[in-house]
This record gives sequence, structure tokens and C-alpha cells, in this order.
Amino acid sequence: MSDIIDSLDALAMQRRTVLKGTAGILAAGMFPSIHAAEPIVLRYLGTAVNQDKEIADKFKADTGIEIQYVAVTTDDVTKRAVTAPNSFDLIDTEYFSLKNIVPTGNLKGIDTKRIKNADKITSLFTTGTVAGKKVGDQGTAPKKTIYLEGEKSKVFAKSPTQFMSLIPTVYNADTLGIRPDLIKRPITSWAELLNPEFKGKAAILNIPSIGIMDAAMVVEAMGIYKYPDKGNMTKKEIDLTIKTLIEAKKQGQFRSLWKDFNESVNLMASGEVVIQSMWSPAVTAVRTKGIACTFQPLKEGYRAWASGFGLPATLSGKKLDGAYEFINWFLDGWAGAYLNRQGYYSAVLDTAKAKMEAYEWAYWMEGKPAAQDIKSPHGDLLAKKGEVRDGGSYEARMGGIACWNAVMDENAYMVQKWNEFVAA
Amino acid sequence: MSSHVPNSHPVSARAPGRTLAAWWQALPLTTVFALFFLVPLALVLMVSFWDYNQYEMHPDFTFKNYLAVFDGCISGDDLCVTFKTYLSTLKFSLLVWLLTLLIGFTVSYFLAFHVRSSGVQVVLFVLCTIPFWTSNVIRMIAWVPLLGRNGLVNDALVHLGVVDQPVEWLLFSSFSVVLAFVHLFSTFMIVPIFNSMMRIDRSLLEAAADSGATAWQTLWNVIVPLCRTGIIIGSIFVITIVMGDFVTIGVMGGQQIASVGKIIQVQTSYLQFPLAAANAVILLSVVLMIIWALTRMVDIRKEL
Repeated sequence: MSDIIDSLDALAMQRRTVLKGTAGILAAGMFPSIHAAEPIVLRYLGTAVNQDKEIADKFKADTGIEIQYVAVTTDDVTKRAVTAPNSFDLIDTEYFSLKNIVPTGNLKGIDTKRIKNADKITSLFTTGTVAGKKVGDQGTAPKKTIYLEGEKSKVFAKSPTQFMSLIPTVYNADTLGIRPDLIKRPITSWAELLNPEFKGKAAILNIPSIGIMDAAMVVEAMGIYKYPDKGNMTKKEIDLTIKTLIEAKKQGQFRSLWKDFNESVNLMASGEVVIQSMWSPAVTAVRTKGIACTFQPLKEGYRAWASGFGLPATLSGKKLDGAYEFINWFLDGWAGAYLNRQGYYSAVLDTAKAKMEAYEWAYWMEGKPAAQDIKSPHGDLLAKKGEVRDGGSYEARMGGIACWNAVMDENAYMVQKWNEFVAA
Repeated sequence: MSSHVPNSHPVSARAPGRTLAAWWQALPLTTVFALFFLVPLALVLMVSFWDYNQYEMHPDFTFKNYLAVFDGCISGDDLCVTFKTYLSTLKFSLLVWLLTLLIGFTVSYFLAFHVRSSGVQVVLFVLCTIPFWTSNVIRMIAWVPLLGRNGLVNDALVHLGVVDQPVEWLLFSSFSVVLAFVHLFSTFMIVPIFNSMMRIDRSLLEAAADSGATAWQTLWNVIVPLCRTGIIIGSIFVITIVMGDFVTIGVMGGQQIASVGKIIQVQTSYLQFPLAAANAVILLSVVLMIIWALTRMVDIRKEL
């Protein structure tokens, strides 16, 4: 009898935790003032991908400050930053979105004097170089948008200043994901996405500003056209890119388009699709199901993305201090190591290295074969002993960046043409 | 009220809407409607005439957004995106409407006239709502292992030797979109039609039989006309939902089939609110015209 009561109690507890969590999310959006007199609570707006419970728990244990996650999609982060800038205390957004957010004046410049590890932020962000070599800067490369002219500035600075728009959190370089067991031959070029061999088995992502970049990589790889800047196309170039996509679609090249992380995992795992634009954690998710999936490095290079923390312009007092504390804590190594173990890259490499085992660092960052089994932070097996990471070392992968996610000057026209592609 | 005391309050019985109390009673719902329906609608209409750039919109009075929606519709040789999209959305509405009507009517007929015990009736009726027990997205994702290239249906077909290659059009096609819609929305037809059928006076059916009408004649000349209200209400539900849908078409169509709702969603996520508002106003007008045409066929207020 008492066993039954115990398990009922446990169930009730579980439900209560879930309810509390839900209530937290709701409260974060609606009742900010309730918390004003209590210990600091930071409302963290971002996509679910970066919002790990472990990170919030660890931060609370270390500092007593509570993080409340507000999870929305990439596009909605921008939308909220523009339309509801007081609904969050900390924003985690992509550098390319800044072109839409900064001109509204809704973000304040982050004072790098208050960021302990600011000078250790990887050179990829500050100067656009990896190990001293320049990487591709087509599109909205972070170095173009990371510095602001002042704390209350609505324009980007041309050269480094004291104020950063976003402090980088995670970044990565995306490429095509493939099912090696179903393709059975090496894939080396973006052009393969539109190869008729994969008719009805290819997919591209349906987020216009990112999908068009993947399409541009394909157009260049097929030798149709060479863009002066893929990340800022002219109307003519947009027409050409969309025309190529529409032709492929009419031939039945695409099995599906996807918009959501889980959709891409599903398509790949079920074998509906054997080659598609993909994100690194999605490849990991397919693999943890025991299905072969490769994040295939390609000779034309990668399409990179980067996100970072920003502060709303109206943030002040204790909450502002708390936000700075969180950013400093984030760069301090524990969070960096946590993200590196998921296949992302962290902004300050030295501090993360100190919190990782030597064999982990060698596998994730140096491209060396795993000295022992590699596990995710949640304990799932990601790679067996002896396996090498797709794309190799940090330098090989980040050095291979061809372009960055972007917001174009002709954004409105591009979205209109993309809708045409979907309707074709 | 009026049936109990026909003579004591002749005025209020004849015109119950004229008393002050009646106005007060109508006030709460009116307020809710005004605040959460009329005001937002007016705002959408207003914004559709505004101008915008990448990150903000400014008050203006311009037809730019409406012109952008119909860009290339007059001059182009091909059908423009907007017309193509509406055509495809209308096609889905028509197909889904026909199928749900057929299925909904049949199921309701069975429930209302063939199931005698009201207990069984209730159980079967609740069974019809099972599709609503899980979330929309999960229900749709559940089709993938069933209809996919390596799914159950294809496996069975290949094993039985019906086809050599897995059939591709089962999933991510117009077929799968219509299938999902019918699965989801048949209930919206069943409920109002069943309701109408239950209110049909059974003696009318006996009278029809006594007068020598065949089963089909009874169905067509007695039951269908008396179910008109239910049919029209169900049709309004189904058509308006399908016209505005973008989730089902997106997931089941592999995001490759356009819908008006999808276009609006993409535009709002790229902060093109005025353009999205213009599209919404046009969609609303089209749907209102359809509803107007439907309500011409039957006076719902009179029949209810």
C-alpha cells in the first residue's frame, strides 16, 4: 500500500515540476514585475537549441541567479526583439538578425570592459580569421556586425570599439547531411543536392534567408554563376537562384522542404531523404538512433552561422548586473565545454579547453581519432573509439567557411521570390 | 417565458431585445467581440495600408502592399503566385469539403437512424472525436511511418506484389494533404449534421414510408432538406479552416505545396507585417464571400 502511495506521490511531484516549468514560461512572458523584489530572474529569449536545462541549473548553483528560458523559433526571436523589446532581459540571437534589430535601437552595446574574457574571444568574430588566415566573409559575417559605435548606437562600427552588439555564444559551419549507407559513393560537392540521381530524395530547408544561401552554394558548385556576394544578391541574382530551384522542384528533385529541426531528423532517419541541408545537432540526433548519417564536408566550403547574447536597451540596475554576470559566467569555460561536447564551438576556446578532458578536446577540436568512446553531455554515445569527427579539426572546419547566414538588402524581394518557389 | 405568461408582458414578449436588461445581457459578449475581434481586425485593415522597411513599419496610406500581392497577375503569361496559391487552396477546400460531407453525412446517418440505443450512440459519437485527443502535429507525423517510402502501406503493397517500387505519391503530395484534412475535419461535419438529424421528427419518416416513398426518396426529399442547417454549418467550419490552414498543408505536403496561410506566415516572420496584413484582408474577403454564398442557401438563424 505504502508503495503505491509513494509512487503516486512521485507522480504528483513530477506533474508539479512540469506545471511549475510551464508556469515559469508563461510568467516569463506576462508577469515580469512580480519578480522585481525577489532574487534576480533573467528572462532568456532564444531558440530551444541553445537553451539547456543543465546550463541554467549550473548557473543558478554557481551564482543564485535564475534563468527563465523563453524558447521560440529563429525568425520569432527577431520578431520579438523588434516588436516586444521589453519581454526579455537577455537575447540569444544570430548575428545576421542584427541587421534588422540594431537599427531599431532596441539593443544596447555591451561594454567589453565589463566582460572579463572579451579579449580572448576567438578571432573568427573580431577579425574574421582562423589561425591567422582569413575565412570567407560573404553574407553577414560577425565581424561586420559585432561592434557598435557606442552604447546607444543604431549603426555598426567599421573598426573595433569598446561596445559589442552581441557577445558570441555558439557558432558552427553547416553543410549537407547525407545517408552514406543509401548513397554508397563519396559526395564532395554542393552540386550533388540537385543531382538527378537523387530525384525525389533530396530536401532543402524552408527558411528563406538560409535556404537561399544553400541554393547559392549549389548554383556556384554547378558552375551556373559566380556571385560577387552570395549573402547580398541583386534582384537578378535572386531571380537566377530561384529559377534554378524551381526547375529542380518541377523535375521532382525534392522529397520535402523542412523548417523545423525535428522534421529534418525525421526525413533523414526514415530514409525519405538521403541528401539535404542539415544542422550539426540534427545529424547527431539521427546518429543516436543508430542510423548512419554524415555531416559531409564539401570542397566549396561551409555556410557558417553564429549567435550571441545581446542586452535590451532598457535593461538596468540589478538585472543588468545579473545579465553581465551571466555572460561572464558563460565565457568562463563550463558552458563552453558543455557546448563543445555537443558539436558546437564556443566563443572563448582557452577557458573551455580547461574544462574538457584531453581526449575530448583532441576529438572535438583537433580532429584526432577518439582515444575512447565520445559521449554527449547527456551520456549518449556519439562516436566510438577510433572514429574521427566529420570535417576534422576546428581550423579545417572553420577555415573552410565560404559564406555566412545573411539578411540581404533585397530581403523583401527575396522572400517574395521564395514564396514563388514554394508555390511552383 | 412568453409561453407561460402570454398576456402579462405583451411588449417584452413581442420585442425581447428592446429592454434595458437585454442590452446589459448582451454587453459582455459584445465587449469581448469588440476587443478581441473587431479591434484587431480593424488594426489589420489599417496596417495593410502602411509602408514598411526591413525592421519597422510606418503609418501611411498606400496601395503598395495590395499591388505587391497581385504583382504580375495582369500582365504575366503564367498564372501569378497569388492566383496559383488561391487556386490550389480552393482546390483543397472543395475536395476536402466534398469528402468530409460524404463521410460526415454517412456517419451521422448511421449514428442517428441505425443505432437504436442512446448509450451506444454516445459511445460511438465520442469515438469520432478520437482524432482530437493528440496534438495536430503528432497526428500528422504519425502518417509518415504509415505512408512513407519505407512505410507500412508501401511494404504491404510491395510484398503483395501489387507494385514493384514503393509508391511515392502516398506522402508529401496532394493526396496526403487531403487525407490528413479529411481525417482531421470530418468530425466538424459529423457534429452539426448529427445534431440536425436527431431533431428530425421520426413520424415524418413513418409518414414518408406510409406514403410509399423508397429509402432513397426519403433520404433525398425528407432527411437531406431537414439537415440543411447542419450541412451548411459543417461546411462553413471545414471550408474556413482549410482556407486558412498552413500547418497541415506544410507538414503533409512536405512544405512544397503553397497555401495562402503559409505565405502570410512567412511574411510575418520576416517582419513584413503590412504585406501580410494585405494578404490577410484578401483571404478574409474571399472566405467571407464563400460564407455569404453558403448562407444564401439557408437562413441559419431561422432554422436553428
